[in-house]
Amino acid sequence: MANVISLDSILGVGELKAPAEAPPAAASGCASSSCGSSDGPADMAPEVWEKVKNHPCYSEEAHHYFARMHVAVAPACNIQCNYCNRKYDCSNESRPGVVSEKLTPDQALRKIMAVAKEIPQLSVIGIAGPGDSLAAGGKNTFKTFEMLAKKAPDLKLCLSTNGLALPDHVDTIANYNIDHVTITINMVDPEVGQHIYPWIFHDHKRWTGLDAAKILHERQMLGLEMLTSRGILVKVNSVMIPGINDEHLMDVNKAVKSRGAFLHNIMPLISDPAHGTHFGLTGQRGPTAQELKVLQDQCEGGAKLMRHCRQCRADAVGLLGEDRGSEFTIDQIEAMGEVEYDQEAARTYREHVEGERAGRHAAKAAAQADVAETIGTDVQPILIAVATKGGERINEHFGHAKEFQIYEVGPKGAKFVGHRRVDQYCEGGSGDEDALGGVLSAINDCTAVFVAKIGGCPSQNLKDAGIEPVDRFAFEYIEESALTYFKDYAERLGQGAINAREGQDAVIRTGAFTALRA
Amino acid sequence: MAYKIKASDCTACGACEAECPNNAISFKKGAYAINADLCTECKGQFSSPQCASVCPADCCVPA
Ligand code: SF4
Ligand code: SF4
Ligand code: SF4
Repeated sequence: MANVISLDSILGVGELKAPAEAPPAAASGCASSSCGSSDGPADMAPEVWEKVKNHPCYSEEAHHYFARMHVAVAPACNIQCNYCNRKYDCSNESRPGVVSEKLTPDQALRKIMAVAKEIPQLSVIGIAGPGDSLAAGGKNTFKTFEMLAKKAPDLKLCLSTNGLALPDHVDTIANYNIDHVTITINMVDPEVGQHIYPWIFHDHKRWTGLDAAKILHERQMLGLEMLTSRGILVKVNSVMIPGINDEHLMDVNKAVKSRGAFLHNIMPLISDPAHGTHFGLTGQRGPTAQELKVLQDQCEGGAKLMRHCRQCRADAVGLLGEDRGSEFTIDQIEAMGEVEYDQEAARTYREHVEGERAGRHAAKAAAQADVAETIGTDVQPILIAVATKGGERINEHFGHAKEFQIYEVGPKGAKFVGHRRVDQYCEGGSGDEDALGGVLSAINDCTAVFVAKIGGCPSQNLKDAGIEPVDRFAFEYIEESALTYFKDYAERLGQGAINAREGQDAVIRTGAFTALRA
Repeated sequence: MAYKIKASDCTACGACEAECPNNAISFKKGAYAINADLCTECKGQFSSPQCASVCPADCCVPA
């Protein structure tokens, strides 16, 4: 048990309380979102749930509890994307630039062992670059997985690819028990594709224009079908590029769903002239937070959407939304010497989460039923920003938050709809006014912000901007608190004490997510 | 008759190394370089020099 207590302190949730007592058996079938987009076991085949439940990228719920790690062993790539400049860190496809550390498979293995020892929440090892994991024959990628499967068979393996080389490697992927693959698919029409990909290298030739986009598209669809027919879970990532593929992504959503993709993750283009990318230099803008959300909402009902992707780097380490990569540089790992893999701590942690989970599903359903009953269905849903360090709790101070999770809460329940990165407001004790402005614009479409604690000054600024700071749910569970707040909000609205906050938009922060753990 | 790598533009990604049919490219002292004795410009093997076709930085050029 000692293990579990120290894990809690890692997560910063204090003592993990026993889940609230089970509600009276949910009487009214499922009027709630727990049957729709939240990924609980209810809406999934058991064998699929078994695969995703501890994977932070595939299960929205798991991303509160489990950590992933990317190892940057694959620097080569076989296509060129207009949102990527290989010299610099690419924020869209999680690709650190040349200046970042690249690992050999041997170094990667040692790094993984070192991290597993420090972070027992680690459940997934991914290879996402910094180039394409399957370019150059996928040599380093498969070498790393081969060694890993021997040394730490309980870690899940996953990889990301642009799909061009995918059909050639599906058998190998199946042989190594890689049960999650991410394909970045930005178009299903070469007419659109030619504006995204200037060239590809395929079959010993460089192809450009329509030809390039057509080959890439065909290979992506073929690879996707081959994977899903073998029962391998496929997540599709799409970069939303306003004016180029924004509307088209609804077609992408349908096309990938019909071929069996498990999740579709629509990410905003991150574009900045300083990145030196084609889009950065031509002034192609990224979407605003509301544009992104509207598109995601329109795709709801198609392939399941993933909204918690952090577009993390190919060398990210830790829970989603944090990156502890700098604690594990090559030098530091060399200095640690040989590290043995300890399965025990990880197992204890997974069992503990399993227990917690059962109660959570019940408690959420009860809170939802209560709201549905007391306020009816005609109040418009609202957005709430939440400062959290994980564990599905409101457990971060406003000033320390490097991101806010966004929940949409309404008569149909509370659901996670996205996250917003911000610069920490409070660094080293004093508030930074510029950062506060950034936070305000990042959550400008929210009605309230839930925090564990907040200072008087930022609190006043939030109120002036029309966003209510709320600290009365400190350390409570997010969804139940959101529902309680909504109930109260609906009552105040009904009495005319407050006005609904409509028609606001928010800004998506550009630049790679490199925030480090405090 | 050989190709060379402009080291100042190279991103050290290694894509060229994997494509060269003659193993003429290797990573030495922190940079990729082409061994001119082994390079055939891919003549008789492929329609274009493989290294130049795959290089994201367009830095594989005739020596
Ligand atoms: S980049 Fe997206 S898919 Fe990959 S680990 Fe991060 S959140 Fe998950
Ligand atoms: S031109 Fe052909 S033979 Fe010469 S280095 Fe490049 S790939 Fe190798
Ligand atoms: S492909 Fe180009 S950028 Fe990559 S290592 Fe070879 S020369 Fe350098």
